[in-house]
Amino acid sequence: METTTSTTKGYRPMEYASEEGRLKIFGFWIFLGAEIVLFSTLFATYFVLVNQTAGGPSGKELFEIKIFAMETFLLLTSSFTCGLAVLAMRKQSKRGYFGWMGVTLLLGLGFLILEIEEFAMLVEMNAGPTRSAFLSAFFTLVGTHGIHVTLGIAWVTGVMIQVWKRGFTPVTSRKIFMTGLYWHFLDVVWIFLFSTIYLLGVA
Amino acid sequence: MKDFLFNFKMPEYFFVTGDPLIYGAYVSIVLVSLGILFVLTYYKKWGWLWREWLTTVDHKKIGILYLLAALLMLFRGGVDAILMRIQLTAPSLNFLDADHYNQIFTTHGTIMILFMAMPFLIGLMNIAIPLQIGARDVAFPALNAVSFWMFAAGAMLFNISFVLGGSPDAGWTSYTPLAGNALDPGPGQNYYLLGLQISGIGTLVTGINFLVTILKMRAPGMTLWKMPLFSWSTLITSVIIIFAFPVLTIALALLTLDRIFGFHFFTLAGGGSPMMWANLFWIWGHPEVYIVILPAFGLFSEIFSTFARKKLFGYKAMVFSMLSISALSFIVWVHHFFTMGSGPWVNSIFSITTMLIAIPTGVKVFNWLFTLYKGRIEFTTPMLWALGFIPVFLCGGITGVMLSSAPADYQYHNSYFLIGHFHYVLIGGTVYGCIAGLIYYWPKMFGFIMNERLGKWAFWWFTIGFNMCFIPMYIVGLKGMTRRMYTYPAGLGWESWNLIATIGAFGMGIGFMILVWNMYYSFRKGQRDTTGDPWNGRTLEWMTSSPAAEYNFAIIPKVKGLDAFHLIKKEKAAGVKEEEVELKPIHMPKGEAFPVVMSGFMFIAGFGFVFEWLQIGAIGVLGSIITMIWRSFNDYDRDYYIPVEEVRKTELAAGRRV
Repeated sequence: METTTSTTKGYRPMEYASEEGRLKIFGFWIFLGAEIVLFSTLFATYFVLVNQTAGGPSGKELFEIKIFAMETFLLLTSSFTCGLAVLAMRKQSKRGYFGWMGVTLLLGLGFLILEIEEFAMLVEMNAGPTRSAFLSAFFTLVGTHGIHVTLGIAWVTGVMIQVWKRGFTPVTSRKIFMTGLYWHFLDVVWIFLFSTIYLLGVA
Repeated sequence: MKDFLFNFKMPEYFFVTGDPLIYGAYVSIVLVSLGILFVLTYYKKWGWLWREWLTTVDHKKIGILYLLAALLMLFRGGVDAILMRIQLTAPSLNFLDADHYNQIFTTHGTIMILFMAMPFLIGLMNIAIPLQIGARDVAFPALNAVSFWMFAAGAMLFNISFVLGGSPDAGWTSYTPLAGNALDPGPGQNYYLLGLQISGIGTLVTGINFLVTILKMRAPGMTLWKMPLFSWSTLITSVIIIFAFPVLTIALALLTLDRIFGFHFFTLAGGGSPMMWANLFWIWGHPEVYIVILPAFGLFSEIFSTFARKKLFGYKAMVFSMLSISALSFIVWVHHFFTMGSGPWVNSIFSITTMLIAIPTGVKVFNWLFTLYKGRIEFTTPMLWALGFIPVFLCGGITGVMLSSAPADYQYHNSYFLIGHFHYVLIGGTVYGCIAGLIYYWPKMFGFIMNERLGKWAFWWFTIGFNMCFIPMYIVGLKGMTRRMYTYPAGLGWESWNLIATIGAFGMGIGFMILVWNMYYSFRKGQRDTTGDPWNGRTLEWMTSSPAAEYNFAIIPKVKGLDAFHLIKKEKAAGVKEEEVELKPIHMPKGEAFPVVMSGFMFIAGFGFVFEWLQIGAIGVLGSIITMIWRSFNDYDRDYYIPVEEVRKTELAAGRRV
């Protein structure tokens, strides 16, 4: 893909231009690997406990297709717009970056609001995390993803402010690229959450 | 809101009372703290402490900080051990009561594994790895400082438990339901959860840091197959850390949620599964024992090859056996609870995978022996520790194979036989490796060699004491003595063995004290290392001066093969002219306050959650997040260049031609 934007041999996009940038991006990939182990452990825990409802409600009674379908739509779209924002950064388009990243943030916020509403609804129905082992595992797994999205929103916002002040430099473009990786990663995790927790839950 | 802000739970637990030992501890903590404050103020050392140590990002200094912490923790864990041994010297003693004994074996185990063995090895990695691969620092120097300070915050949190709130007392494995809120209320177990959580994050970061460092920052010419064995073992250990530590993070977080917020992961009442803790714990815990043994294997490999004056025998086989050990380490965890009803099929499979580990380990032992074969062996102190390691580790390994057989394990499980086994591998392997590595790298750290005579005294006291202490444990274990019992009646045939074990424990204590005395003695009178290569070493770290300059290498060496420095020395002896290379300004990172500040906030957060004071916990978490944001916004201009003139001056002072 890089070769299409430049014909010079050895061309590197700005985030990879410095040794420091290359090391940090590689390190971040490894960190995401550790995050996969983290989420895998939570998934395993969930599947051990999924039938332990202790007489309380099960996923089938609790999950609402409309809500989680909407959440999925928002998050998957945000991943797409995030990709566009990183492409805009590669093309040195500040307008494109801020525009698409802004859309990403709004979609992420929308996702978060839906999730918080869902959690509040469950707690109101006396189906909070302390109700049963199944609900403990559900809230912890989905909540950990939610906390990651929250931190992601804060991080993207922080990076946007830095780009606003400093423009695209090797350091800021590295940060943009890394927030992009992180955001896509959250999306991948959500695909697993959506298909194994919600879809299997209502099946 | 007011209820939230001023809700201080469990005030009755805050100060531990009732035992004269504890009051003594309070007094000595206050006095020592005042003493430190006074000395720092009187000698005007605050600025020095802040600039040179608290904000340093230099891997060599961070390594020294790790080692200092590890030695302190070795002392603390050792005192715990001595207290337990005194209590068990004779039948029906009342030196410690049952509660106190439970706390002490819990802190002993936890501290020795997580706050002694891990930082000891990570400290040695910090000191040696960048030098060994010809790099100027690790990949992420500031994160390296974060790792250390997170570890320090976790260790400190764990250690204050014995005066504020009471120590955890459910064993280092912290099995549920025993460790759950119903059976173990109060802050004790929370200390375990939060202390390990905070330091565990630091360890994960170390794993990532060293993986990237070793994969991406090796000197030109050093392909993976030309990399020294300690670097290989660190690389493999880093991979294990990255895959294992997130599991611990989750396990601890789930139990914390259970205890503080009433979740039901491990409580039967809400449908939770106590066995899940055992599984999660050991999915991390078994790889963890390889995390603490593989770097020691790496150190032994360096030491054997250096002092046998030979290339390591079977280099590739050594690497492949470490790789297979690391893979196997993830598929053996059930052998820690064969007796907990997994059924014959599961037990058989895990028995076999466990036995398989003996094969690569055996390959390594034979390779070390063949390295010695026909070598010109020099019996220096590091070499003595390395040579001592082989028989004791073999003894631990063979009893390990005995334990791996599931049907037989029903007999050994949780007996002193097991205690004997894992102390033989962990002390015989890890501690021997740590001490050997410490003495080996000591001149590189401080510029003087530890006294050999005192070193040998320490070795023999420790080794004889060690065998006296733990051989009896195998025997009383087979005679039916179970682990974690705080006292026993007379007439079971255990008395004389327990007495011998206690005497042995004191022997080990004397060995440790000679070692520490040796540090001070050699600082005053030890032989200075002016060459930077006191052992006639074979790898690149011995090419630098002792202690190495801030930038490690003025000119990054070119690597032509395994044992790179040995080859360079040979070329030089053969009269091959060195290439003239122009000095260039050296790019270095600046010191940072952010790691120590953020870890300070994590400490506050941890302390708040221990007592379930959520407002304090929130302040700590918020503080560390704000510190991180501050760091992100100040991520510019974090480096500087050392000018050529200064490099030349330093190099000339070290007696080098530039």
